[in-house]
Amino acid sequence: MIERREGWEGNDRANEGERDLFPQLKPGVEILDAKTKDKLCFLDKVRPLHKYYPQWYAARQSIRLDPKGKSLKDEDVLQHLPVGTTATFYFRDLGAQISWVTVFLTEYGGPLLLYLMFYFRVPFIYAPKYDFTTSKHWVVHLACMCHSFHYLKRLLETLFVHRFSHGTMPLRNIFKNCTYYWGFAAWMAYYINHPLYTPPTIYGEQQVRIALIIFLFCQVGNFSIHIALRNLRPPGSKTRKIPYPTKNPFTWIFLLVSCPNYTYELGSWFGFTLMTQCLPVAFFTAVGFIQMTVWAKGKHRSYLKEFRDYPPLRSPILPFVL
Amino acid sequence: MWYTGIHVVSAKWGSVMSAPAMGTTKTAHSDVAPKKKRGPGALATAYLVIYNVVMTAGWLVIAVGLVRAYLVRGSYHGLYFSIEKPLKFFQTGALLEILHCAVGIVPSSVVLTGFQVLSRVFLTWAVTHSVREVQSEDSVLLFVSAWTITEIIRYSFYTFSLLNHLPYLIKWARYTFFLVLYPMGVTGELLTIYAALPYVQKTGLYSVTLPNKYNFSFDYYTFLILTMVSYIPLFPQLYFHMMRQRKKVLAHVEEYKTE
Repeated sequence: MIERREGWEGNDRANEGERDLFPQLKPGVEILDAKTKDKLCFLDKVRPLHKYYPQWYAARQSIRLDPKGKSLKDEDVLQHLPVGTTATFYFRDLGAQISWVTVFLTEYGGPLLLYLMFYFRVPFIYAPKYDFTTSKHWVVHLACMCHSFHYLKRLLETLFVHRFSHGTMPLRNIFKNCTYYWGFAAWMAYYINHPLYTPPTIYGEQQVRIALIIFLFCQVGNFSIHIALRNLRPPGSKTRKIPYPTKNPFTWIFLLVSCPNYTYELGSWFGFTLMTQCLPVAFFTAVGFIQMTVWAKGKHRSYLKEFRDYPPLRSPILPFVL
Repeated sequence: MWYTGIHVVSAKWGSVMSAPAMGTTKTAHSDVAPKKKRGPGALATAYLVIYNVVMTAGWLVIAVGLVRAYLVRGSYHGLYFSIEKPLKFFQTGALLEILHCAVGIVPSSVVLTGFQVLSRVFLTWAVTHSVREVQSEDSVLLFVSAWTITEIIRYSFYTFSLLNHLPYLIKWARYTFFLVLYPMGVTGELLTIYAALPYVQKTGLYSVTLPNKYNFSFDYYTFLILTMVSYIPLFPQLYFHMMRQRKKVLAHVEEYKTE
């Protein structure tokens, strides 16, 4: 527990040569561990706990007013917090952290490279007689271009477009996420680039053409949404605003959907499924759809909570449906 | 605004901060309220009691069937056939337990329960039922007996718990018999899957090969091998979890023994 430590004005006036009004007070705020009564540290805002516990660098700290509540933000100022004369903060160690950018680059770089390994039929994947051969089906080449384009786009967006709210995420996420992305990429690539691959039979070339149009449309759409979201937020800030349609027609979907980036992403993979007519791709699309729906619903709920004037016509991910 | 005190409490999640203690301070007020467990309503409780009674009865039927068949035949071999139908019925019925968790009338994890029930159902249908040749194996009797005794105890445990009259004997049995029954069951299961392998490979059971128009393949033989391998990390975790539960539950021996 802290003893009365706050005395900015007193200290400032003392510094200016005036009488020290509160001689028992020193500037700043001292933090003690209430349970063990150990002195944790001396803070002037939520950050420098790590000066005393270097293993708990800032990204690992979660300081909150309620043990089960949300973390305080870095920008929060002590005076503006809803505390009485006695304020209790709860500290939680978030565990080892890793930056979002690192995670994204790794989880997207893997599928890009893995797919190409299957496309070029490097040894030990298929029977030796097929090593370094190429498929005779043009849809296989098309699929490789689309898949590679998709992940290249993601990598570039991570580097140049996205503005992240949090710098980091828990370290264990990278293993979980990479397993998912890399695993599915390898599974899909194995079948599409297999010597015994069967190109779409149901509607043949027409199917592939339509699928390609859907895929490209949704790629452009997804990119448009990412740009629109980026422009909502000035560089270096973490403000949150309601996204609205812009001059770009691909963003007009904001009228009906809260998270059109997910809608377009689903559309892209649906197109890819149609293009390759491959069951593992369908599985990947389905699993991604479920995960994105969960995220979209969460985001939609936060929008509704945060903004009272949130457009009522919008659905989380699928217009009117979901 | 003057703050009279600011605490930073390392609650149960943070590691203990070690530094020299400092003067007299207020003891931390625990803001962590105990999670209020809202048990199932009266209707749900009635339903669950009926469910657990029926399941106890069902597995007793299987137990009796096994004993009778043994006495009639005079040997341990081929007893599976005498209890095949009730085994399939009651083991498959356990799928309802996943629903119970999903709906919330039972406070267990859907994922964990789902995993346990599905693995049992998998063994019953996708291995024992599907591969006729293993049905006469002794390993089948091994896991069926283990399951039977376990389930009789488990379902009576739930029944009595719901009625708030749990005899210590049942609780003790539930948390002790597993020490033998669990390894016994696992052995029976693994041996049965192993016995099924050659037949699966020969007939290509449940397998799909390339080329096909959905560009998909599945090798059930490899899948079964991977299933067997998965027992290696999974079984010890579950076993030691039960052992930890046992220590926790049976530690309050003195308080309950008078029941």
